[in-house]
Amino acid sequence: MSITKKDVLHAADLARLELTAEEQDLYTEQLSRILNYVEKLSELDTTGIAPTTYTVPLKTVMRADESRPSLPHEEALSNAPDSDKDCFKVPRIIE
Amino acid sequence: MDLNSLTIHALSEKLSKKEVSSVEATKAYLERIGAVDDKIKAFLIVTADEALKQAEEADKRRAQNNNITPLTGVPISVKDIFCTKGIRTTCASKILAGFVPPYDSTVVARLKDAGAVILGKNNMDEFAMGSSTENSAFQKTANPWALDRVPGGSSGGSAASVAALECAASVGTDTGGSIRQPAALCGVVGFKPTYGRVSRFGMIAFASSLDQAGPFTRDTIDSAIMLKAMAGFDPRDSTSIDAPVPDYLSEIEKGVAGLKIGIPKEYFIEGMDAEVEASVREALKILEKEGAVLVPVSLPHTEYAVAVYYLVATAEASSNLARFDGVKYGLRVNESGNLLDMYKKTRDSGFGGEVKRRIMLGTYSLSAGYYDAYYKKASEVRTLIKNDFETAFKACDIIATPTTPTPAFRFGEKVADPLTMYLSDIFTISCNLAGIPGVSIPCGFTKENLPIGLQILGRPLDETTVLRAARAYERAAGCTLQAPAL
Amino acid sequence: MKYETVIGLEVHAQLLTESKLFCACSTKFGSGPNTQVCPVCLGLPGVLPVLNGKSVEFAVKMALAVNCSVNAKSVFARKNYFYPDLPKGYQISQYTEPLAERGYLDIDTNGGKRIGITRIHMEEDAGKLLHGEGPEDSGSSFVDLNRAGVPLIEIVSEPDMRSADEAQAYLKSLRDIIVYLEICSGNMEEGSFRCDANVSIRPVGAEKLGTKAELKNMNSFKFVKEAIEYEVERQIDVVESGGKVVQETRLFDSAKGITASMRSKEEAHDYRYFPDPDLLPLVVSDDLIEGQRKTLPELPEAKRTRFIKDYSIPAYDAGVLTASRDLANYYEEVVKATNEPKVSSNWVMGELLRLLKEDARDVRDCAVTPASIAGLIEMIKNGGISGKMAKEVFEAMYKTGKTPQEIVKSTGMAQISNEDELSRIIDDVITRNPDNFARYKAGRVQLFGFFVGETMKATKGQANPQVINKLLKEKLDK
Repeated sequence: MSITKKDVLHAADLARLELTAEEQDLYTEQLSRILNYVEKLSELDTTGIAPTTYTVPLKTVMRADESRPSLPHEEALSNAPDSDKDCFKVPRIIE
Repeated sequence: MDLNSLTIHALSEKLSKKEVSSVEATKAYLERIGAVDDKIKAFLIVTADEALKQAEEADKRRAQNNNITPLTGVPISVKDIFCTKGIRTTCASKILAGFVPPYDSTVVARLKDAGAVILGKNNMDEFAMGSSTENSAFQKTANPWALDRVPGGSSGGSAASVAALECAASVGTDTGGSIRQPAALCGVVGFKPTYGRVSRFGMIAFASSLDQAGPFTRDTIDSAIMLKAMAGFDPRDSTSIDAPVPDYLSEIEKGVAGLKIGIPKEYFIEGMDAEVEASVREALKILEKEGAVLVPVSLPHTEYAVAVYYLVATAEASSNLARFDGVKYGLRVNESGNLLDMYKKTRDSGFGGEVKRRIMLGTYSLSAGYYDAYYKKASEVRTLIKNDFETAFKACDIIATPTTPTPAFRFGEKVADPLTMYLSDIFTISCNLAGIPGVSIPCGFTKENLPIGLQILGRPLDETTVLRAARAYERAAGCTLQAPAL
Repeated sequence: MKYETVIGLEVHAQLLTESKLFCACSTKFGSGPNTQVCPVCLGLPGVLPVLNGKSVEFAVKMALAVNCSVNAKSVFARKNYFYPDLPKGYQISQYTEPLAERGYLDIDTNGGKRIGITRIHMEEDAGKLLHGEGPEDSGSSFVDLNRAGVPLIEIVSEPDMRSADEAQAYLKSLRDIIVYLEICSGNMEEGSFRCDANVSIRPVGAEKLGTKAELKNMNSFKFVKEAIEYEVERQIDVVESGGKVVQETRLFDSAKGITASMRSKEEAHDYRYFPDPDLLPLVVSDDLIEGQRKTLPELPEAKRTRFIKDYSIPAYDAGVLTASRDLANYYEEVVKATNEPKVSSNWVMGELLRLLKEDARDVRDCAVTPASIAGLIEMIKNGGISGKMAKEVFEAMYKTGKTPQEIVKSTGMAQISNEDELSRIIDDVITRNPDNFARYKAGRVQLFGFFVGETMKATKGQANPQVINKLLKEKLDK
């Protein structure tokens, strides 16, 4: 399956990546090659094969419902590129 | 012999006999780093003050005979993928500019608890994506054996730092070979435990279902020591396995007599380097001489592993890396005051080319209309690959293969073509897809004096047998520490 | 043409756990911004989620209460999208394999109807966004992540409702249940119980579903009804005027009473769901399910029916009294002590609820114990006080928390029912009014009221009127 520039732009949009014109061409070419390569998976019949996401034994780990102290407020915001009014500050969201 | 060329167990013995103090050992390593790291560039940050403080603590602990482990006072380094409380953590990416974690990763916390001294943090491929450490946003690490060649990746800084005697051991992470491949290329021991054996808490995620931390050491005994300190269930990681951690050292000298070693025909392929193949075959002969039985096995879906890996790993990565959005920490590029624009510009300038390529691939393969053909299909084939190992391990106890098809390559050699770079991981990837343990140990050199690695894979949670076989080879082959001339 | 309305509801309920779904931060409402956050719910690099066991129990409880089958294995998936209130860039939810499926709920509009419940799944809440005001901040939004990671269950209904009234009845019934189970506060204004509605129309008799609009931002039962009614009219207008309904999200504007399209510039949603590799599938054991089944309380519907049957009270009373589990329990304790279901209902529904409502108080915080109300009812019954006095006594009980006996004693409000005592007083009244007595005897029977009044005056209103009547009749007519 080959990937078009339109597909690349759509993926970039979903992933919130702004690609330069050069990158758009490069990724269209490179992703096409990679996707052609992975196409070999279609050689295999996987009917009835359950997918593997987890390789460890299934055992649900659950935590007791106890609250513990959170991060000190200043520390919670200390890594923020911009903060104000005790909040993370971002460009205004237009609904 | 110089202090900084000792194994952990040798240094530990000297520390316990009070022949040397941790502060002295730490200073020796800091001097070594000062002397050679200009050439190697294995460290992104050296935390000399903290290290010396930890060394003093360790000396006190030893003096008071207070909870001493073989690692108490031993200077090590860690890949800059592990969060370290109060010390900046970059993952070799510009997007984490200025990020200082308010927590230690479990691996770092456990090593600190054992008394290890942390010298600094190693260079790597950005977000562990790469096989050469050329994808670091900050510097290229050189292979200590040939400065014009790559150390492998993604834990290239860790492997190089151990090979260049800049630390007694290091900790890296392995998603598709990122410990074993650089270990092979740098001539050190690199161990990837069973998925879930070591907690992933505080380790910046690349592909969550594949990532696993493990040690780089000078020999297999050191591997056992490091692994013992790192391993075990962590209530903060729901995928960590709640199983007792064996005393790896007590079994490690038991030899391989009677052990069945599977030799998969799919791992001795055309196009692999002749010297690599010869060295590995020679190593197998030595193991046979030690009493192991070599049995041919087949892992028929090996040829699909790279495809599966690049779909699964990139899908997970595309989601794992969504949190780097310029809102809570790290880089923000906000020129227009528009949110969408801020997201896109921040991520475009914060991530390097390979990271962006993988985010794109992963996003695409999860997107509407493609999920079944790519992510789901890959996850199904992953089952086949896992089943291959289960079948093989009915006929053998461990599996031995070359770690890489070729020795260390030159800088820039594979950068232009991502697919060729991806294919160089062909022998290491299946192990992560199946979640099994694996080690790479040095098994000789090419004529150009480039290290070669032997890979040993084991059953899930059976690190003990993997270490035992690796140790048997190391002992029989008379491996002594080989250090490059720098 | 005649149209049929088709409605399905998606309800989000915040679970009343102490800590968040995947970390140990408190879920308390109303704290200062970003004071209940940690590396996990801030989405810092490398940290991992660990599931809160209590939230699973609560979700299972709800699933059982609405007759769902709980899946032995369900899977947490990541829903990927960028938004500043979503710290990880994905929401941990459940998608193809939810916690529970295939349930139903009976509502009692138009003689009763069964509404199918498609699924119940668990997920984490997002943070809150505040939009800046004033010249300095108008270009900014502010992110508070206290709410990020608070456990939610989403309850998705089948498109089984045919009117806004049915939708409202279903929603109310669902809220009653969730509050009864004590797993959610049910507060729509605070957003701990939220509802989205999928609304479409089709010609009566048609099989195929029409194109639906998703309505959001309806934070009261009234608004849900108004929004749906408006939307149905709007869609009919669109179709009648030759247009087509488009699939979109529409926000309800409660001030204007209309729904308006959310013209988001975003591309069509593509959430790229996939199983979260950080969380193993959720395995719910039979033990857990059966354990929760045992703790299920009698649900509102069943309780209402039982009250009507066992206590012979009107359906209206039963409805009011079972509105909350606490009130129903309170009422039952009063009945137990008095054995007077209807009288007890009158007091609880009448005076008690009136006073509580005036103070916006919960029955749980009420100073009057069921035993006190029972005591009061007993006093009325045996003539200790009059009905009129009882209301005053009750207000005093409510204010002070004292028993009726204590209040009657301290205020001297006791009713005089003693016949000997009243007999003496009446004799005295007659002696003091010989003229009127003579006139009465001569046939002016209207003067009976005069003697009742004089006796009341003499007892400062405390005489038991029934006893006075009886004694006066004997004395005047003898």
